[in-house]
Amino acid sequence: MFPTILFFVFAAALLAAALGMILAKNPVHSALLLVLCFFTSAVIWLLLDAEFLGIVLVLVYVGAVMVLFLFVVMMLDVNVEEFRRGIASYWPLAIAVAGFVVFAMINLIVVKHLGGVALKSAPPLPDNYSNTRTLGAVLFTRYAYPAQIAAVILLVASVAAIVLTLRQRTGGKPQDVARQVAVQAKDRVRLIKMPSEKRR
Amino acid sequence: MITLTEVLTLSAILFAIAVAGVFLNRKNIIVLLMCIELMLLAVNFNFVAFSRFLGDINGQVFVFFILTVAAAEAAIGLAILVVLFRERRSINVEDLDTLQG
Repeated sequence: MFPTILFFVFAAALLAAALGMILAKNPVHSALLLVLCFFTSAVIWLLLDAEFLGIVLVLVYVGAVMVLFLFVVMMLDVNVEEFRRGIASYWPLAIAVAGFVVFAMINLIVVKHLGGVALKSAPPLPDNYSNTRTLGAVLFTRYAYPAQIAAVILLVASVAAIVLTLRQRTGGKPQDVARQVAVQAKDRVRLIKMPSEKRR
Repeated sequence: MITLTEVLTLSAILFAIAVAGVFLNRKNIIVLLMCIELMLLAVNFNFVAFSRFLGDINGQVFVFFILTVAAAEAAIGLAILVVLFRERRSINVEDLDTLQG
């Protein structure tokens, strides 16, 4: 009973935060409300016995991706008012499409019971069940090759992000090590023979 | 106990909110990217729920990979956004019309 109450409380918080995110005037508020979405989702995933993914969601999304979003939002000095102009004309289409999505999904899930495979309750887990151990056992055996590809994707993404934002500054005074090493004394010092002048 | 129906309904509503967000914030690229993250979260909800209720761990492995790709996508998207703002001093979608003939 208690997990069910927790589920509904956090589901309500999740939907409220998501609604607040799309309606917030300030992008900073949107980002912070999205953080709240990820936190509440992580709690619901914990209730669904996906402990590892719940913690990964908090660590990766809240700790890395959303911090990146907040950095970018605060770095770019954008005119917020400009984006809000004419938003009223978008409401009918937004509500129509969202309503259609909800209607189609609820029709499928609640009315048609997913074509007859609706599952009433989750299968019980063994006493010594460890979600992380089970996930790792599959991830590093059957999915070892996809895991390598995922690692390469992350590497490529980080390299691409650095290369994209790298700025070549002009007018700087950097050292040219090759020229410094190749320099010779005769290039720098010129000895001149010069007779001394007579005293008047 | 939580049933599959409740989780799937929650995920459907979350996805619909994200779609509505794409329509409402169509001028602001940053909030558009956030709405895409919200959509991916809703999809991950489905994977986790089915993984739990069917007793199949493979769904959670898939969520793991989706999280990986989504993080890479967010990093590259935001990098492009920073370069875009440096070039055009604006992130309004309506200003990005150089490619139209």
